[in-house]
Amino acid sequence: MTHDAPRLLPCGDTAFTIEFGSGIDARLSARVLALDAALAERALPGVLETVPTYRSLTVHLDPLRADPVELGRAVLALAGEPLPAVPTPRLWRIPVVYGGAFGIDLDAVAAHHGLTPEAVIARHSAPEYRVAMIGFLPGYAYLEGLDPGLALSRRPSPRPVTPAGTVSIGGAQALVASIAAPSGWHLLGRTPEKTFVPARDPVFLLRPGDRVRFVPTPAERWDALAAAAEAGEPVAELCEG
Amino acid sequence: MSARLHLARLTGAASLQDGGRRGYLRFGLSASGPMDPLAFAAANHLVGNPADAAALELGLAGASLRVEGGAVRLALAGAPSGLRLDGEPLAAHRSFVLREGSELTVERPREGVFAYLAAAGGFPVGSVMGSRALHQRAALGGLEGRACREGDRLPLAAPASYEADHSLDPIPLERAAPIRVVLGPQDDLFSQAGLATFLAETFTVSNRADRMGYQLDGPAIAHGAGGFNIVSDATVAGSVQVPGSGRPIVLLADRQTTGGYPKIATVISADLRRIAQRRPGEPVRFASVDLAAATRLAREAAARIAALNTRLRPVGGEAERLMAANLAGAAVDALRAED
Repeated sequence: MTHDAPRLLPCGDTAFTIEFGSGIDARLSARVLALDAALAERALPGVLETVPTYRSLTVHLDPLRADPVELGRAVLALAGEPLPAVPTPRLWRIPVVYGGAFGIDLDAVAAHHGLTPEAVIARHSAPEYRVAMIGFLPGYAYLEGLDPGLALSRRPSPRPVTPAGTVSIGGAQALVASIAAPSGWHLLGRTPEKTFVPARDPVFLLRPGDRVRFVPTPAERWDALAAAAEAGEPVAELCEG
Repeated sequence: MSARLHLARLTGAASLQDGGRRGYLRFGLSASGPMDPLAFAAANHLVGNPADAAALELGLAGASLRVEGGAVRLALAGAPSGLRLDGEPLAAHRSFVLREGSELTVERPREGVFAYLAAAGGFPVGSVMGSRALHQRAALGGLEGRACREGDRLPLAAPASYEADHSLDPIPLERAAPIRVVLGPQDDLFSQAGLATFLAETFTVSNRADRMGYQLDGPAIAHGAGGFNIVSDATVAGSVQVPGSGRPIVLLADRQTTGGYPKIATVISADLRRIAQRRPGEPVRFASVDLAAATRLAREAAARIAALNTRLRPVGGEAERLMAANLAGAAVDALRAED
């Protein structure tokens, strides 16, 4: 759902959020990214960092250099203007090994939707996704663009550990996880690509606004791809333009 | 080889923290840094360091430390903790020199949670993504991406600028007064009764309290008719999120950067250190202030940190050292007898 006009929500004295809506859709995400780009271009005094999410942009500020009330009003006014869409030239083709030990919930997700596991893989790897948000943990890429026919609310109880590289779905969201962590989402597969490597430049492979496609990959190729990723070689393919 | 600080004994949590790792919120990485920035800056000033140099953060911890391969000027600030140098009481909030062969004992704090041990010149561990602060979930910074453990040897730098010891007035923990919040960003997702519960009732810090956040026990905060799930949006340090249980969680230095629970309010930045210094079992009440007041308090807090440097007093001589120990509550009958 999109609000008629963006809303300014206070987040204490060091941040505020400009909210465009409450749901997940491509138009909302595009407006968030457009405001993010417009703010970066203007370099307003006191703005420290911005965090784009599915439906909002949070602006972190230095209360010694900017008044949060005034800055909030200025950014809200900017958000109400027709802002140019942000070009998204980067497309990542990310290999994913689906099912089995790599995606332990694939069969259950298929059964829930009355689909075969192969059909779930086909539907999950068909769309072109967009990175709408990176958050929760470092490098966790939340994607917009999941086939609504796959949407499924989270598991009743989270698993204490899910591996790095997990590719999962929760509600209408799709996720590529960077590091091992607890998760209540449905695990469809895993990618050998490392999306977060502190010693690498860039540290984070994916950026908000990037486009993503999943490439179903046979389990037999996992070891070779994982070894390549471990050696610092990219196993996801970046296509520009 | 330069000197090292040996953590001969350690109980409780300990990690290296500096001013924090900035600029990666949009990639999901929170800043880390000290849970009590005022006490952290005080410890650094006492040994002549820049205010944001890496220091050892002790969380409800006791420790014994020795220096190897040299001497080092140290200072402890924050949660009041008994200090002994070779068994003799020593005041906190003053610097002193730890020499090879001596042992420094830091007792578990009598009140509060976090104390900071600063060393002249800081702790020159490797900087990762612009910071030495440990972010435990991401295994970044600190000592090779982890917290400190008993037996660790922390690298020490060349001595810093001060050639004498200094003292500061102890920094009060300010634990009694309410924690001030600005309502929002999602206060409209709570019922009037839920908001009243949040602002009127007394909560208690639960055992689920760490550098990521403090979960509070107490009466459940009622959500509005819309329920308790939102499409995830960004969190800030101080976000008070309320999951389905109605039990609020205050997000802190190592927090998750986004979350799908509504946030009823945000602890003002000036009071983050005050809630961080409350230990499990201690009461927490909240009071709402407006954004203008929160901003004024943030500026006052920054001025307070900036003024620490001007409040330093040089100390020296054995008698003064013992007097300082007296201020910390140690017995000095022996000294009086000598007068």
